[in-house]
Amino acid sequence: MRAVITVIGKDNVGILHKVSGVCSEKGVNVIEVTQSVLQDMFAMIMLVDISGMTADFAELVDEMANLGEKLGLSIHTMHEDIFNSMHNI
Amino acid sequence: MLNVYNILETIRMIQDECLDIRTITMGISLLDCIDTDIDKACEKVYNKIVSKAGNLVAVGQRIEKEYGIPIVNKRISVTPIAMLAAACPNENPVKFAKALQRAADTCGVNFIGGYSALVHKGFSAGDEALIRSIPEALDVTQNICSSVNIGSTKSGINMDAVKLMGEIVKETAERTADRDCIGAAKLVVFCNAVEDNPFMAGAFHGVGEPDCEIHVGVSGPGVVRAALSKYPDASINELADIIKKTAFKITRMGQLVGARASELLGVPFGIVDLSLAPTPAVGDSVAHILEEMGLEMCGTHGTTACLAMLNDAVKKGGVMASSTVGGLSGAFIPVSEDAGMIDAAVAGILSLEKLEAMTAVCSVGLDMIVIPGETSPETISAIIADEAAIGMVNTKTTAVRVIPAVGKKEGEMLEFGGLLGSGPVMSVKDKSPAKFINRGGRIPAPMHSLKN
Repeated sequence: MRAVITVIGKDNVGILHKVSGVCSEKGVNVIEVTQSVLQDMFAMIMLVDISGMTADFAELVDEMANLGEKLGLSIHTMHEDIFNSMHNI
Repeated sequence: MLNVYNILETIRMIQDECLDIRTITMGISLLDCIDTDIDKACEKVYNKIVSKAGNLVAVGQRIEKEYGIPIVNKRISVTPIAMLAAACPNENPVKFAKALQRAADTCGVNFIGGYSALVHKGFSAGDEALIRSIPEALDVTQNICSSVNIGSTKSGINMDAVKLMGEIVKETAERTADRDCIGAAKLVVFCNAVEDNPFMAGAFHGVGEPDCEIHVGVSGPGVVRAALSKYPDASINELADIIKKTAFKITRMGQLVGARASELLGVPFGIVDLSLAPTPAVGDSVAHILEEMGLEMCGTHGTTACLAMLNDAVKKGGVMASSTVGGLSGAFIPVSEDAGMIDAAVAGILSLEKLEAMTAVCSVGLDMIVIPGETSPETISAIIADEAAIGMVNTKTTAVRVIPAVGKKEGEMLEFGGLLGSGPVMSVKDKSPAKFINRGGRIPAPMHSLKN
């Protein structure tokens, strides 16, 4: 089971560190990261494996959203199925 | 394979373009709750609904979290209550409405639909009593929706029922006059009603359906409009292609959510309804899609053609995205629930006559239209008859949900708030159709009903 974490907002020190910190706390394994910084806009997409997750998926969603609020970023955590079914035939 | 562009597109659709799942609706058969003792029947109804749908809201919320997509409504549709009322001839069917309300409260759902009767060819036991109880039922409950099917392509139009429904619509509005006539907003009169519709107020669980199943109604007018806005110079067939692709994506989301809900609830997956359902929110309007196609304002000349193209393209895109398409499936045009329609009606560009023409090419009918409070029951019946005739002859579902605004005149506003929105009182003709309506009887089915 995999999920996609997207982080969008103003660039800042330690974003990747903090997001992956929450992942590691919850037993979520980061598989792939792609990120870009355009001027001062930061966009990161993280593909993670949640099969060994120690927490409930809803908890991860809420915690990431809270972290986003604290950092002034928008962080979404969504199951990968939604992207697969929407964009692949 | 996931790619960055697709991921960001999905997120933008949800965040900025109001993409959501409008409803997951559990259809529940109540045929096994029939009892000659109405109190026992009500208890069985309550128990069955709670046992099947007790988990519905929690499951809906769980799926919202998993996929990050809002599921705006969690609803239930049940067997037309007239069939249960038939077994208790001397009782007031409103008891069933109260039992349904109790079940809605326990389950925490937004609406239960199915306080309904199917009388397209005539009244059977229980039908007339149920119809006559609709004003009281919608007055004493909050989350119950009612529908009556008065015609079909196969059987013609039951004009006795049409006459009765004109009176019932008016009485329902009057009984709830202190609450902005909200009762009439929960009552819809159908021709060719479908048995697996997940949308309110017309949802009921048909007798041909399984014991329990889960339907999904998608939304997404904002997504379609945003997609079209990127191609200001495209030809109409290019626009049709863009709409098809967008509808495909929206419907895939509905299919995914329905399949997941079915798995978590342990009930079969019914259908995905492809309707583009608007809300009064900014950026969630079907009228704005038509305007994006090149109309200065919805309701002007050309509106019917644009809507016909939109409706067809939505179906063509959606049908490939889901293996089980059903319900009403098309574009909805509820006036009070669509910011662009409200503006067009206030400006006097969108009239009742134009809306009637539009219903010939889109999914349902005259929906959420506010008419003057003094409109006679016969005129309401005649509006219903006109609309039913369009449905009957074109072999499609049509419906009438008009709200007589008690004490208000043309041009004044009626405010419901929430998803139901607000609407200006629209003009109706003042010449009487009473003699036609009072004849009674049945409009025979059209020639093309004889297909065998």
